[in-house]
Amino acid sequence: MDNLAETTSLSRLFALSGQAGDRRCRPVTGGARFSLRVKQASLGAAGEALGLDLTGPINRAVSSGQRTALRLGPDEWLLLLAEADAASVAASLAQRLTDGLYSLADISHRQTGIALEGAAVTDLLNGGCPLDFDLAAFPVGMATRTIFFKAEIVLWRQDTARFHMEVWRSFAPYVWSLLANVGREYAD
Amino acid sequence: MLLIPCPYCGNRPEIEFAYGGEAHVVRAADPRKEDDAAWTEFLYFRKNPRGDHAERWRHAFGCGRFFNVKRNTYTDHIEASYRIGETLP
Repeated sequence: MDNLAETTSLSRLFALSGQAGDRRCRPVTGGARFSLRVKQASLGAAGEALGLDLTGPINRAVSSGQRTALRLGPDEWLLLLAEADAASVAASLAQRLTDGLYSLADISHRQTGIALEGAAVTDLLNGGCPLDFDLAAFPVGMATRTIFFKAEIVLWRQDTARFHMEVWRSFAPYVWSLLANVGREYAD
Repeated sequence: MLLIPCPYCGNRPEIEFAYGGEAHVVRAADPRKEDDAAWTEFLYFRKNPRGDHAERWRHAFGCGRFFNVKRNTYTDHIEASYRIGETLP
């Protein structure tokens, strides 16, 4: 075998490589999530009930304390809350939006969060997501639904090199293992 | 990759979108009053031009909205995108 060139290979991919994530990725456990749909006319009242300004532009996040609203579309918000806060948010919305023309769906158990932070984290994301993560195109505070390989995700840029990803629970092992695979190419 | 201008989100990569066929195909208010020829025309016949084409797209992996795009089917140049309910610019 002395005719073979000496190479240093990457560590072998374990069959369950999905279990060993990239060091920049950390699962976010717990937390409550709501999908909120409100008409334009009720935005003010819904914002007051939540203590958040919902009138901001599409694809932006607004936070206050432990409450965050990601505006995913013209009439759609993803609310990220502390678990203990969920019941009171639902109650205050029901109290303020008396016409009932809104929809609030509890999706806490549908999704799970992944926090991504560190060097080359945008390269890691670009491994499966075609968005431009330059700060001019995707500034801090931007949040949008997009795609990672074949899974639907919601991405929220919390800082220059820190992202929060929301992914459906059944897609999580798929996304997790692909993040690990892509991460092997980018030093952390 | 084609960049498609979503009227709500701005330029986004094509992979986030789903194609919805020709735009401005109007369904008759009462299909029972349509004769067979007109109903067949509505159901099955589309323009399929080589050139400017008004078509529907949905930002499926984004804001989720349907909107219209005026695209040249030969060059893929997108001239305009506009919201549902607005007229072709």
